[in-house]
Amino acid sequence: MIRVILPQHLRALAQTGSQIELAIQGAVTQRIVLDAIEARYPMLRGTIRDQLTQQRRPFLRFFACEQDLSHESPDAPLPDEVASGAEPLIILGAIAGG
Amino acid sequence: MSRVQVLVGTRKGAFILTSDGTREQWEVSGPFFGGWEIYHVKGSPADPDRLYASQSSGWSGQVMQRSNDGGKTWEPVGNKFAYEGEAGTHQWYDGTPHPWEFKRVWHLEPSLTDPDAVYAGVEDAALFRSSDGGQTWNELSSLRGHGTGPHWQPGAGGLCLHTIILDASNASRIFIAISAAGAFRTDDGGRTWRPINRGLRSQYIPNPTAEVGHCVHRIAMHPGRPGVLFMQKHWDVMRSDDAGDSWREISGSLPSDFGFVIDVHAHEPETIYVVPIKSDSEHYPPDGRLRVYRSRTGGNEWEPLTKGLPQRDCYVNVLRDAMAVDRLDSCGIYFGTTGGQVYASADSGDTWAPIVRDLPAVLSVEVQTLA
Repeated sequence: MIRVILPQHLRALAQTGSQIELAIQGAVTQRIVLDAIEARYPMLRGTIRDQLTQQRRPFLRFFACEQDLSHESPDAPLPDEVASGAEPLIILGAIAGG
Repeated sequence: MSRVQVLVGTRKGAFILTSDGTREQWEVSGPFFGGWEIYHVKGSPADPDRLYASQSSGWSGQVMQRSNDGGKTWEPVGNKFAYEGEAGTHQWYDGTPHPWEFKRVWHLEPSLTDPDAVYAGVEDAALFRSSDGGQTWNELSSLRGHGTGPHWQPGAGGLCLHTIILDASNASRIFIAISAAGAFRTDDGGRTWRPINRGLRSQYIPNPTAEVGHCVHRIAMHPGRPGVLFMQKHWDVMRSDDAGDSWREISGSLPSDFGFVIDVHAHEPETIYVVPIKSDSEHYPPDGRLRVYRSRTGGNEWEPLTKGLPQRDCYVNVLRDAMAVDRLDSCGIYFGTTGGQVYASADSGDTWAPIVRDLPAVLSVEVQTLA
């Protein structure tokens, strides 16, 4: 199972706990994980990436295995530890705004 | 006995304030959507249990919410706002072409007759409509496409479509206003649009009487007199008696004709309200005194309303969507401030009292008058 940790406001919007688990077959990329999140939680469409451009919202970041993966290609494989479920993909809000 | 429900959008969530018809004791519920900017919450005139809310944040963009029980519970609905066809460009602050980009929903205007139909005014300026309770949204693209769109330029707050007025006597007529493009009207249900800015003068644009480019802050109309419009412009309070075909200034005795809100008494179509603000750079009341000004003559002659409002050291603003009136026999007037106060008057503005004092900065105030 892929584990994903959502920022607090998106947990509230999706009415879920801090961590969600997704069953994904085959390659595990940012795009595939985000597709799976949006399929299970349609209310999150547009909140992590723009619905039209598919661009990551600039004040959200993707971390895993102590790396910032935000600028990786959405089609690049995520680290093996994420794909195996050993480590979570962390989606978090940047320290910005007010 | 009648009740009123005040729907308040703030920088950090929505609040619902309820009272009976005396409007003396209030219950406060919320925050709903805590931490999110709530630009607007509005109820359907056709079904007061149906509410719509615009929820957004710099982190996670736009979310739309709908309630079917008067605001007790909410469900997210559709938030895909795609401009129709080629999005094109408008002018940027420096006058260069800038692609149209959706940013947020500023204003929601539910249909007068169908709870599932609702209009959304958005930034970058466009008008969208949903006919399925907010699940899907389609642009009324001929507004942007009627010809002047490439010349529209954002105001300091963005290129926002912030005012939508539906005409109960003519289902084909809609008025909208955009900062800083001006006012526009359709007479055929949104198929065609035209600017209605004749008579406006704006010294901050190269041609002060241009067809478009005016920073209209708000327009109000009494539902019983659909041809008469009142406008708070960036500077100047204006009036039209011909559905916007021409405008004349009615600032008269106001201490400042800059401001954001304007509204009309529920039962007296010639009684109007504004909150003068000192200037476009200061954005607080003149002399640190928060005064609502009322005209009972449709403009020009204004009286300050001060009882119960702070008359010293007050430096809040009242934003464009943050005033509303109820429809009780003794008309109630409500407004919210950037300091987090929501003030109410149950006697047409003669006396005021705060319902709440310490909310986040108030972005919008709407009122439902309930049986």
